[in-house]
Amino acid sequence: MAEVTEHAVDRSRLQVSDEVAIQINDMNKWYGTFHVLRDINLTVNRGERIVICGPSGSGKSTLIRCINRLEEHQAGDIIVDGTELSSDLKNIDKIRSEVGMCFQHFNLFPHLSILDNCTLAPIWVRKVPKREAEETAMHYLEKVKIPEQADKFPGQLSGGQQQRVAIARSLCMKPRIMLFDEPTSALDPEMIKEVLDTMIELAEEGMTMLCVTHEMGFARQVANRVIFMDAGQIVEQNEPEEFFNNPKSDRTKLFLSQILGH
Amino acid sequence: MAREIAFVRSEMLGEKPPPASIVGVQGWIKDNLFSSVSNSILTVVALYLVFVILSGILPWIFLGIWNAESLAECREIFAERYGDGTEYACWAVVKARWHQIVFGYYSPDQYWRPILGFILIAVSIAPILFPKLPKKLFFVSFASLFLYPWLIWGGSFWTPITAALGAVIGFFAYRYVTERFGFLFGVLAGCAAALIWWSFISGFAASALQSAIPATIAQVSSLNLAGFVLSITIGIVAIVASLPIAIVLALGRQSDMWIVNKLCTGFIETIRGVPLITLLFVATVLLNYFLPRGVEFDVILRVNILVTLFTAAYIAEVIRGGLAALPKGQYEAADALGLTYWQAQRQIILPQALKISIPGIVSNFISVFKDTTLVSIVALNDPLGIANNIRANSDWNGIVWELYGFIALIFWVVCFSMSRYSMYLERKLQTGHR
Repeated sequence: MAEVTEHAVDRSRLQVSDEVAIQINDMNKWYGTFHVLRDINLTVNRGERIVICGPSGSGKSTLIRCINRLEEHQAGDIIVDGTELSSDLKNIDKIRSEVGMCFQHFNLFPHLSILDNCTLAPIWVRKVPKREAEETAMHYLEKVKIPEQADKFPGQLSGGQQQRVAIARSLCMKPRIMLFDEPTSALDPEMIKEVLDTMIELAEEGMTMLCVTHEMGFARQVANRVIFMDAGQIVEQNEPEEFFNNPKSDRTKLFLSQILGH
Repeated sequence: MAREIAFVRSEMLGEKPPPASIVGVQGWIKDNLFSSVSNSILTVVALYLVFVILSGILPWIFLGIWNAESLAECREIFAERYGDGTEYACWAVVKARWHQIVFGYYSPDQYWRPILGFILIAVSIAPILFPKLPKKLFFVSFASLFLYPWLIWGGSFWTPITAALGAVIGFFAYRYVTERFGFLFGVLAGCAAALIWWSFISGFAASALQSAIPATIAQVSSLNLAGFVLSITIGIVAIVASLPIAIVLALGRQSDMWIVNKLCTGFIETIRGVPLITLLFVATVLLNYFLPRGVEFDVILRVNILVTLFTAAYIAEVIRGGLAALPKGQYEAADALGLTYWQAQRQIILPQALKISIPGIVSNFISVFKDTTLVSIVALNDPLGIANNIRANSDWNGIVWELYGFIALIFWVVCFSMSRYSMYLERKLQTGHR
């Protein structure tokens, strides 16, 4: 398995605290009559980097989308940062402003410049003064190494650059948790690395991350836990070394042999 | 010998200029006009047709006569100059009567009113059309909302002033409430405050001020509004008022709230299912049956309301198309960042949806402006109605093309400008995506 990045990841810097960031208890979700998520139980501590993998349709995207209420769950509890997700709009808004999310197709706002993409939510949601929001935005754009693109529009950037802008846009809200929904699946191989590098840096700074991805190199280097899902349930979870070298369930073995086989 | 397949390029190639056949005038002519034998034949035939048509029309236009008292005089002059039976345009009718077509039945000493009104309209839409102009011009836009009706219909100067005051009060109520209770309540409070002012207070205030400082211009009855003053008044009101209504209707039709959704859908489908002429009849005839005795709406106001609602229903569907064309990811990204519904609509969704909808919206504007001629059905004199009256005059009886051509030209200039502006706007808002 190829290393995703040249700079060695210093795992000793990746600390996990005892504090709970996300608590999911017996969560169930249906699309109409289709039971997408079944009895999900998951505790995420602050600073954890969790990679969720599984075949398509296994519910992994739906799971992380439930955490910031892009999808509604019908049974069980989700508690994010001590706030319970219910239909209470105040709680939803609070959680959404604490939880950043990056999408497979970036979902940048094409009619706004890169800088405006980054300052929009801080200005309107956090009521940060425009100047301050712009300074923060430039800080994070520098962090993802594209400050020089600030005045361009998303359509003028490459896929990898767009995804890094999307990460910067989320970070501008100073989230405590980041969700990644297949952030590299829509990218050319040459661009995957630049996005993963950004995500690794984020992990090293202690960000709590839940990442749906098929980048197993990333999982091995950065994750402290890998979760395998199938048919709407968590089938297996373990530390990456154990997970890849010594999978327990047959379903996991089959999946790993298929994605790592060639 | 085995075929050699290994290849390594030792230096990269530089750019070369393209061949002459794809650039320059020569390349263009060959590409577009004579690219094959059949295309060449079609080009020649088409050019011949264009020549035949223009050689008929251009002399008719340019050899026409501008100075004459009647059609008969025109004909005498033609017979004298070109022999019997040859006729060119008799533009004299346009020269004699253009002011009626444009200003309707205002007396000439009142022409300054519609002229000033048109200037006000031009100045007030300028900052909307060209954002580079100073924002202060919006005060003119705001003022002309109230000054234009006053100029057109006349009456006490204090009526538009107190009416404008109502809008100002509504705005401050909106601002005050929005800061405390959010956008939606702000809008409701603003509307309520303005409505209360208009229905209960502004009338008294206006008459009080009028008795203190009289300032009045002659009143013009709605039935004397005619020609392009009428068309432009109805058209502008429909254009300006229909867009916000259409946005609300489109959002309502996209809404998850069942009742809002069904109300908006029902409204749109009802209005779109009925011809405009029927609605105009409703406005002028039927509405009177439903209103209590003694309550009299101005006929132009009634027509205006119906035309506006009609346009709004169509534009709502265009905007809904724009909303539907936005990827779901845009809504999700806005949600994920914690924006509220109204913030997301205002900052993310509507700017993009409206941009996509510009061509459709403008073509609806164009068609509503032309549809204003339908008011002739309900006994208002649109420019075509005026043309009929002119033709009924014995001096100009028998004239057709010149009058209609002149009216068509004015319509065309206005509509073509709108169309070009929409293309300019599309180009300007292009940000390199899609």
